[in-house]
Amino acid sequence: MTVIVSEKAFLPWQVLADYERLRNGLQGQIGAATVFVGTLRSLSQGRPVEAMTLEHYPGMTEKYLQLICREAGEKWQILDSFVQHRYGRILPDEPIVLVAVWSEHRESAFKACRYIIDELKSRAPFWKQEQTDEGLRWVEKNT
Amino acid sequence: MSIKVRYFASIREVLGRNGDELAARSGMTVAKVWQITAQIDAPVNTIVAVNEEFSDWQQSVSDGDEVAFFPPVTGG
Repeated sequence: MTVIVSEKAFLPWQVLADYERLRNGLQGQIGAATVFVGTLRSLSQGRPVEAMTLEHYPGMTEKYLQLICREAGEKWQILDSFVQHRYGRILPDEPIVLVAVWSEHRESAFKACRYIIDELKSRAPFWKQEQTDEGLRWVEKNT
Repeated sequence: MSIKVRYFASIREVLGRNGDELAARSGMTVAKVWQITAQIDAPVNTIVAVNEEFSDWQQSVSDGDEVAFFPPVTGG
């Protein structure tokens, strides 16, 4: 299980390739991997979005992401999980979040990945502020 | 030792600061902390956390605790 909260922009497929290459101990066991990537769109509620700033609660954020991954591991039989989430200023088309789960069979990987991203959206302390042509506005509700 | 209070996102902006510190009194709750430090009604849907865990307004707090107030989360 790995959780990374970072300001740095990342390429999800590169991150996963590096992670899988350096990971030890799961050779021959993985039968399924699921990946979710959340990306910033350039349109929100009909307004063009120039950028977004993500604020977070350092410490609590990592704690809850780890808790959510642990819960996923208790609910489904998974071999490993990985979450990377950005904070700070993000531009359209840049990835915001990456969730990946590895398991023996696809069902657990699909369900655990879905659980992690859904729980992250409702429990990880991040707040989005969009910069549109009308100025800055806090996103009030997660979709 | 005191209670460390932190504000995030729209609540930080409304109050115009990142946080406060205050001395705990016996039987102090999260609601009391807000009342003393913020001195305005809490925005609807304000979420509270104590020591980096989701909590509620009736939770008791003491010196050394960290209390945070923030709007509903919108990550992912």
